[in-house]
Amino acid sequence: MAEAQNIPVGSTTAGSIAVAAESTVATRMSAPPSFDVADFPVPHGREEEWRFTPLERLRGLHDGTAVATGNGVKVEVQAPEGVTVEAVGRDDARLGKAGTPVDRVAAQAYSAFEKAGVVTVPKETVLTEPIRIAVHGEGGTAFGHQVIELGAFAEAVVVIDHTGDAVLAANVDYLLGDGAKLTVVSVQDWDDKAVHVAQHNALVGRDASFKSVVVTFGGDLVRLHPRVQYAGPGGEAELFGLYFTDQGQHQEHRLLVDHNVPHCKSHVVYKGALQGDDAHAVWIGDVLIEAKAEGTDTYEMNRNLVLTDGARVDSVPNLEIETGEIVGAGHASTTGRFDDEQLFYLMARGIPEYEARRLVVRGFFAELVQQIGLPDIEERLIARIEEELEAAVA
Amino acid sequence: MATLEIRDLHVTVEADNATKEILKGVDLTVKQGETHAIMGPNGSGKSTLAYSLAGHPKYTITGGTVTLDGEDVLEMSVDERARAGLFLAMQYPVEVPGVSVSNFLRTSATAVRGEAPKLRTWVKEVKEAMQRLNIDPSFAERNVNEGFSGGEKKRHEILQLELLKPKVAVLDETDSGLDVDALRVVSEGVNRVRETGEVGTLLITHYTRILRYIKPDFVHVFSAGRIVESGGAELADKLENEGYEVYTKGGASA
Repeated sequence: MAEAQNIPVGSTTAGSIAVAAESTVATRMSAPPSFDVADFPVPHGREEEWRFTPLERLRGLHDGTAVATGNGVKVEVQAPEGVTVEAVGRDDARLGKAGTPVDRVAAQAYSAFEKAGVVTVPKETVLTEPIRIAVHGEGGTAFGHQVIELGAFAEAVVVIDHTGDAVLAANVDYLLGDGAKLTVVSVQDWDDKAVHVAQHNALVGRDASFKSVVVTFGGDLVRLHPRVQYAGPGGEAELFGLYFTDQGQHQEHRLLVDHNVPHCKSHVVYKGALQGDDAHAVWIGDVLIEAKAEGTDTYEMNRNLVLTDGARVDSVPNLEIETGEIVGAGHASTTGRFDDEQLFYLMARGIPEYEARRLVVRGFFAELVQQIGLPDIEERLIARIEEELEAAVA
Repeated sequence: MATLEIRDLHVTVEADNATKEILKGVDLTVKQGETHAIMGPNGSGKSTLAYSLAGHPKYTITGGTVTLDGEDVLEMSVDERARAGLFLAMQYPVEVPGVSVSNFLRTSATAVRGEAPKLRTWVKEVKEAMQRLNIDPSFAERNVNEGFSGGEKKRHEILQLELLKPKVAVLDETDSGLDVDALRVVSEGVNRVRETGEVGTLLITHYTRILRYIKPDFVHVFSAGRIVESGGAELADKLENEGYEVYTKGGASA
């Protein structure tokens, strides 16, 4: 039996509740993790992990009716010298090592993919150019699996760039050897109709550093589930996210950082702007500090900026602490409105309305855009933000 | 010479599902280089006048005209009014999260001046203006009005006044909530702008205290939505001694 503190957002009283070996984070899921889709019942929408997601818009990814088509996605990998790029069968031992599917769609993806992509950066190889993985939707349905493995002390930046139109369910595994440094920028710049559901599993080696930047703009429905576990002490994970949720879009980011070994760090910052009717952003930030994870240092934050009426945010940070022997643990969630008074103030200083909105949104995202470190992606992002803002004013 | 002319201005506001007339025929002319103090009791409509001139959407103009050098101010959007040379120093400036003071000032100056100020001279200009107002340089990196004290907000408003160099500045209760030291610093800022002779100033205040630092050319008493008496600086002394009662009692039927 472990003592756990479950601190939901907005709560002022931290009630101490006894839990079994399974934490409530684990039990938030309605079934235990599994690679087999048959182990998960078809969700009905009231389960904790599905209650924010409009199942009817998943195009059958959750109930077995979605079938892979020939024109799903085209994947192109551009890698610097020294990097191995392979397409492997499902018996490859590297698949699924970083984590196990935790919901039915992830298990469906694992059960349905044909070939998995494996990108390997050998040990002690330090790349100066990023690895670029372009995932372009061609209008069909696809199931994917991608592994990115860094050997000990290897360093790499990987950009996974999603464009076009597709119904895609996928698992992406990041395996970091001891002392490795991996930065992954995952851009969801889909066309309006795309549906994208993915689980990202990072297994962070001893003294390794993992940095993830998730950027979500497009799609009808995007639901990502970045998860981090540590393979040894001294690991660090930084998870940054930026989303711009437009009219009618559902963008959901569900994170889990499982501090399962001592002396690891995690730092989570997700920021989203919303505009338009029925724009819906969901952010779930679960951080679990297991009893054995002494010396943990963690902080997670979600900020939302609502630009117009009619948009909705669900933000649920959740911190579970099973040991008091930690360096720090904190979380914050705020949702603010860009309101008429702010607009009036800026306009009263001569700034036109469009420029005023731009100023506020760019300022809001600036600290995260800087985290990307790739000028071409940063510029594209800023251009996309401007486009979205212009569309709103028009 | 720039002139702001307010003629028979009527303004209503929606409150509690009813339309209420706040301004009931305001007449006032402010010329460049002049300083007018508008004094009046709470609820007399002084701030409504200030916000109506700036174009706040809460207020509806139901009659009258406002022109700046003959141009119809009431036809202009809020930002157009600012670019035309109207400035409102607000009593309660709002926080603008995510926008730093330095970014805000530069964007605003670019909009009002019609071109981006040259970076090198701009940095110097801002730095010196901040020094004169005893504003800590670290303010430049803070978000607009976020976590500012009352006095800091007012100094930030006057900083903008100094940088934007309007033709007509409306100062809405800039003195309220300031201690004597802060009042002096803020007043000195206003006086520096006045001494250029290029700004017409409309100083809206409840108290005569600020008039010891900023000497008005004209004093107007505001009551029940209009100007009920106008005079020179000596009128302020009368108000200091006698208060507003004579206007609130007699003025309503006048």
